[in-house]
Amino acid sequence: MSFRLSYRADPGNPWFSWQYVRDNSDTVLNALREHTTLTLRAVLIAALIAVPLAVLAYWFRPLTGPILALTGVLYTVPSLALFAFVAPYLGIGVATVLSVVVLYALLVIVRNTVAGLNQVPAEVREAAEGMGYGRWGRLLRIELPLAVPGILTGLRLATVSTVALVTVGVVIGRGGLGQIIFAGFQNNLYKAQIMTGTLLCVLLALVLDLLLVGAGRLLTPWLRGRTG
Amino acid sequence: MSAATNPVSQAVVWLNDPLNWTNPGGILDRLGEHVGMSAAAVLVGCLVAWPLGLWLGHTGRGGGLVVLVSNLTLAVPTLALLTILPLTFLGFGRPAVVVALAVFAVPPLLANAYTGVRQVDPQTREAARGMGMTGVQVLRRVELPLAVPYLAAGFRTAAVQVVATAALATFVNGGGLGEIIRFGFGLSIAVGGGQILAGGLLVAGLAVSVELLFALVERLVTPRALRRARRGAGRRAADAVAGT
Repeated sequence: MSFRLSYRADPGNPWFSWQYVRDNSDTVLNALREHTTLTLRAVLIAALIAVPLAVLAYWFRPLTGPILALTGVLYTVPSLALFAFVAPYLGIGVATVLSVVVLYALLVIVRNTVAGLNQVPAEVREAAEGMGYGRWGRLLRIELPLAVPGILTGLRLATVSTVALVTVGVVIGRGGLGQIIFAGFQNNLYKAQIMTGTLLCVLLALVLDLLLVGAGRLLTPWLRGRTG
Repeated sequence: MSAATNPVSQAVVWLNDPLNWTNPGGILDRLGEHVGMSAAAVLVGCLVAWPLGLWLGHTGRGGGLVVLVSNLTLAVPTLALLTILPLTFLGFGRPAVVVALAVFAVPPLLANAYTGVRQVDPQTREAARGMGMTGVQVLRRVELPLAVPYLAAGFRTAAVQVVATAALATFVNGGGLGEIIRFGFGLSIAVGGGQILAGGLLVAGLAVSVELLFALVERLVTPRALRRARRGAGRRAADAVAGT
């Protein structure tokens, strides 16, 4: 007597299946929602920390080295190790994933914001000073707006890499779409599930990137027409 | 087992148990796996990326391709690549993991090889041409030696990246130091907290050691006169790719 694990001769393991997506739309959408909110929150928090840090580095030159070095060291630590450092203290939950991802996004945003601020021409800065702008007025009205392209580059890189990084959260069961991918792997290497998770990840990165590009065009009307 | 509830002291206790180092599947085994697959992946990455990057840099074409490759690999999650490749002809096991890691080694290697050749002073290149060198000779005798500091910088970035990524191989049962962390999480944080932290320290320690080692190599292969100017060559190449 022979065992028959499946009533069909070839159960089939296609690379993609609409049937799978339809049958599991709830799970998939939940994962997508979790992934998107995690990414957006992480990038927002990272930006709120990174831009002031970059301004500090810009105002006080001696701080530039240490700030970049600190964020650089954080960037060298592998993501899984960062999870291992944070999880014993913050526990198994969204807070852990969020803090790891924020730490990673910091470097990219800080570095690009500093670069953007440093690109402000000296004449512009002097002209603003001559017009009586103080340090804060100059920063808010002149320097930060002119640094928008740099900040935006940082935000775009941070967003795209954050989307990819959130999947590592599977180690504590909070990986968003990573959960789908990993479950597919454990589920007898079910290709359709793995591909669905992967494609949604890449699509999410692409959509968020395009949104940021669009926001950048709205924020920098003076650059329109100059770049193709 | 000690009664210490502090994860740090638990980690110290765990690291001080000799059996955790020498057991089958202990730290030494995992370290060997980790370094082995990382080295293989970086080697594969070099074999693919260096010839391509040097040639693209030599001809001056393909800058867009270099940017595209690095952007694409940024968007694809490591986990996805690690789980998809075993389903292809590569099959389940070490080769698939090595190829997945090599994919993440390619962008820094490619970008730095390309930038390394592009940054050669055009006058130097023209002088070499004027001496009657053929294209291949210019590449081999002039551009390649001048690009070595960049190649070293790219190698360092790639090696650190691969060592960091190799920690994720544990998700596809690929071995490496990541296993220690995942097993710790499997025990729950209350019990495995020390092991999780210890695994994290080992992975981070390895990554930082690799970074320092190849920073030294980078310094050694950079001629003294160029050291000041070339400092952070990799960083600049990375920035160039990032479009800043």
